[in-house]
Amino acid sequence: MSGSRDHSRSRSRTNAALGAAGLAGFLALGEAVPRLGLVSEDYFPPTSRIATALGTELGDHAFWTALGDTLTGWAIGLAIAVGAGIVAGVVVSVVPYLRRATASTIEFLRPIPSVALIPLVVLLYGAELRSVLLLVVYASFWQVLVQVLYGIQDVDPVAEETARSYGLGTWARVRHVLWPTALPYVMTGVRLAAAVALVLAVTAELVIGAPGLGARIAVAQTSQAVPDMYALVVATGLLGLLINVGARTVERRALVWHQSVRGEVAL
Amino acid sequence: MHALLEISGLRKAYEGSGRRTEAIRDLTFSVDAGELVCLVGPSGCGKTTLLKCVGGLLAPTGGDVLLDGRRVGGPPPGMAFVFQEYGRSLFPWMRVGENVELPLRQKKLSKPRRRELVSDALESVGLADAAKAYPWQLSGGMQQRVAIARALAYEPEVLLMDEPFAAVDAQTRADLEDLVRGLWQQRGITILFVTHDIDEAVYLGERVLILSASPTVVQEQLKIDLPGERDQLHTRAAPRFTELRTHVYEQIQAAKREARPGGAG
Repeated sequence: MSGSRDHSRSRSRTNAALGAAGLAGFLALGEAVPRLGLVSEDYFPPTSRIATALGTELGDHAFWTALGDTLTGWAIGLAIAVGAGIVAGVVVSVVPYLRRATASTIEFLRPIPSVALIPLVVLLYGAELRSVLLLVVYASFWQVLVQVLYGIQDVDPVAEETARSYGLGTWARVRHVLWPTALPYVMTGVRLAAAVALVLAVTAELVIGAPGLGARIAVAQTSQAVPDMYALVVATGLLGLLINVGARTVERRALVWHQSVRGEVAL
Repeated sequence: MHALLEISGLRKAYEGSGRRTEAIRDLTFSVDAGELVCLVGPSGCGKTTLLKCVGGLLAPTGGDVLLDGRRVGGPPPGMAFVFQEYGRSLFPWMRVGENVELPLRQKKLSKPRRRELVSDALESVGLADAAKAYPWQLSGGMQQRVAIARALAYEPEVLLMDEPFAAVDAQTRADLEDLVRGLWQQRGITILFVTHDIDEAVYLGERVLILSASPTVVQEQLKIDLPGERDQLHTRAAPRFTELRTHVYEQIQAAKREARPGGAG
């Protein structure tokens, strides 16, 4: 067993090395293409200048305030969406007939792009945090809800009967059978929702002008600070990456027992 | 000795898509305290349905199940169930010890008492060291031992076992049969054991109830007059074992034949 673990460790090391090489190549390409004059440096600054601009941004107090604003909208919106998604999912699944009664409504509301609601939220709240929150919550709520619905459907009838035969009441069955069964789905929902929430937070700031990284990108664009604009785009990308890595780590910790995490272990 | 479990006039019919399927027609039998009774019958004869009705997991269409004189309306605290699908019946998100302990937490037992029951139950199925492992890290036979330990720790008056060894290999199966007989002798619990395996029914039981094909009635009740001490090698080679097995086999064949002309439709 330790042999296969060594093997997989060396393979993941090779993967990391390949990934780093690919990224380095991409960055070098970004440096070379504008330098060679293939595209205009005015609209496509070389990597080194974007990196310098990013360094300047990181030293700027206003950047961190903007980042804080974006993260605030993201975190509060995500928390509301996750909480509401889980509660709604459990209620819809547990109450008889509610699932079938709501299915078509959910299928209708879910594909509406959150950005289509921008005119509405501007009318309602203007360029406030509440506008960002509404868009973030609308977009990420469905991600969580749909996964919770799938997860609860996945409860094994044998596990459910076992719980009943040992006298577990409704609440104990929700806690010890339904919730652990749905948890892998919930985790996937939260991970997807976290990514979507960031997209919507930045979009809302960019379009509506609510304070945050998005608004800062819009300002950089209108003031012709092209390398700064790219640097901020890179910053949002890095933020998305960190959020995804964080979500995956939480997922792995919480689901040690699940097939997707445990692999095929046997004593 | 008194009848701990009484089943009288039990009926079960399923209604579905305009069709009424009669699974159990009329079952009456009783199990004495401390008895080990095996239920055997042709496949599809409603053995699992019967056991679920006895355990309060399914509501019968008619008739009564009495445990110690009290009517069973839902899963009673005095019964524990061991399912055939051990892999799905144990919770993969809990360690072995937690799986065994969960029903005891529902019983509101104190923590030291729970710990005592869990370690005692795991020890008696030969898995004293496995409490910290996850069920999926164990072999199939070991997983079913955990499920048996969970049932024992629950301290039931009656242990209901639904084809518990149908999914394990022959050698593991023989070990588990001896484990069940051993536990029955040590602990004096009452066991109702459902199986489709005639040899298993005769080897394990003090009494074998032969069921007819569906819709089910009791075809015959057979006392197993083999010695109390049984072992895989000698008991199964004994002439009396062969006689009993042949008898059960013939009865089941007869039950299948009777079912065919009349009610097979």
